[in-house]
Amino acid sequence: MNKSNKVKTSTKQCLVTLTMVIIFFVICNIMVMNGVMGSLFEGLLIPMCYYIILAISLNLTVGILGELSLGHAGFMCVGAYSGAIFSILTKEVIKSDFERYALALLIGGICAGLFGVIIGFSVLRLRGDYLAIVTLAFGEITYKLIQNCYLIKDKNGLHFSFSQPVNPQKYDLDSKVEILKGAMPVSDVPKTATLISSVVLVLITVVVMYNLIDSRAGRAFKAVRDNSIAAESIGININKYKLIVFFVSAFFAGMSGTMFSHYQTLDSSKFNFNVSILILVFVVLGGLGSIRGSIIATIILYALPELLRDFYSYRMIAYAIILIAMMILTNNEKCIYMRERIVSKLFKKNKVSKDA
Amino acid sequence: MKDMNTKTANKENNNDILLEVKNLSIAFGGLKAVDDLNLNIKRGQLYGLIGPNGAGKTTVFNMLTGVYKPTSGYIKLDGEKIDGLSPMNINRKGIARTFQNIRLFDNMSIIDNVKLGLNNKQKYTVAEGILRFPRFFKEEKEMNEKAMELLRVFDLDEDINTLASNLPYGKQRKLEIARALATEPKLLLLDEPAAGMNPNETAELMETIQFVRKEYGVTILLIEHDMKLVSGICEEIMVLNFGTELAHGKPEVVLNKPEVVTAYLGE
Repeated sequence: MNKSNKVKTSTKQCLVTLTMVIIFFVICNIMVMNGVMGSLFEGLLIPMCYYIILAISLNLTVGILGELSLGHAGFMCVGAYSGAIFSILTKEVIKSDFERYALALLIGGICAGLFGVIIGFSVLRLRGDYLAIVTLAFGEITYKLIQNCYLIKDKNGLHFSFSQPVNPQKYDLDSKVEILKGAMPVSDVPKTATLISSVVLVLITVVVMYNLIDSRAGRAFKAVRDNSIAAESIGININKYKLIVFFVSAFFAGMSGTMFSHYQTLDSSKFNFNVSILILVFVVLGGLGSIRGSIIATIILYALPELLRDFYSYRMIAYAIILIAMMILTNNEKCIYMRERIVSKLFKKNKVSKDA
Repeated sequence: MKDMNTKTANKENNNDILLEVKNLSIAFGGLKAVDDLNLNIKRGQLYGLIGPNGAGKTTVFNMLTGVYKPTSGYIKLDGEKIDGLSPMNINRKGIARTFQNIRLFDNMSIIDNVKLGLNNKQKYTVAEGILRFPRFFKEEKEMNEKAMELLRVFDLDEDINTLASNLPYGKQRKLEIARALATEPKLLLLDEPAAGMNPNETAELMETIQFVRKEYGVTILLIEHDMKLVSGICEEIMVLNFGTELAHGKPEVVLNKPEVVTAYLGE
């Protein structure tokens, strides 16, 4: 009987979160249709989806496993470029936009996931600060490296180099397609991301994360976080679970990167350290370990600079105040207690069953 | 093939020695923390390891559980060499432990702590967990029942969703033992289980340890300072001082030896 209570709790939390996400985007969509929402804000909706996924995936590493990762944008970058390259190369081969996009998402996720495993391996023996430094380095190296890559396709095949092609005649002019142009943005990526597909991807990510965390792997992640020495002493394979987290976290970051490259201009400077920190701020202020918190924090903080446009020069002050207020609300014990009391008063019957 | 025959032969000759420790030593830099230790524990025995603070008892535990690698000597569990294995593998071979300073998973519930002890008994994969295959539900239900059973034995089956860090000290100790037992060990190492307990709690603990030994058929090696507990339940004890054995045998005999009394300076 107790177990069914617990399953209800995680499944129930998951359903509540899914409902919140759906309601939020339905309301936004209605506002767009009725012209209530400015076009600038409308353009934020799809990006909000991939930042939500980025926050949820980083939350798995930082909040559940307890490891500080400062290079999440690096995985986003890997996913963005691998998905984009795939889409460009198969533009003629796969006619269906939907199929091509779906495959691109998978490929972006898997490529990023592989990098996640590689990074995971290299930090297995590192703790805390050192792990953070390695992930920071990965993030920086990745987007800077891409800025030096040139990929050209012509009828002879693919040509890759780390330097600008000096002799343009080298490539067959008729069939030449420039895919990667160094520091210049990648053009010709089919922009197939839609609001519905993006929201669906968010919902999938939410379900996967809740299910993962409420399984024996999820318990193991938390055990590694809480007391890795004790975890080892009861036979838990710390390395295996760390690698699983790095793979899953990077996979979803890569998938969100593919969403990015199929919506916005693919510019490598969009995957720098600032972005990694931005996502980390969403995760921390949403409450470490809380999926719903990551979502809410992302929505508020990503939309905030737009909503505060009217404040002009006071925008940054207002942003800072709201950041601090959120930090207190989600991490201060008194606030958490008050919040839970309000929730239980609103849903009185829930409180009774919790005690049972 | 030859190894298998030797192993079987060893098993038959020493089938009642579960843990064999021979010439075990470890040095940290110039300091020999444990020097040439020999210890044999029979299957099903309740063995005590005592000695003044700093004698090397926890160091011995740490070598038995793979936290440290001995610099010389060997450790055999059921005839199989286990010295130098990682803590994770040693647990899989059949040794579980509790810690001097309780190491629970503070931010997890009571029942989750025990379920983690059962982690290796569950076989469903990550993918099956995410996709919620039937095997997930079946194994989670089984593990839930097993965990509840263990908690009932230790009288922890109320408010199973309380965070481990919110439990009173005595219950935290019991939870740690329950979690170690969940891994179905052959040998259970208890590091000062009665530390910080009053006489009533200690008496209850003594009963629990004896019950555990009988009910689960597990061999127990414990480190203790509480002489009432040691003489009350230990069948055989060894006194350690400065990393070497001072005496071993039945508690009544050993505890009255003058050198043992002197080592404790009249304690």
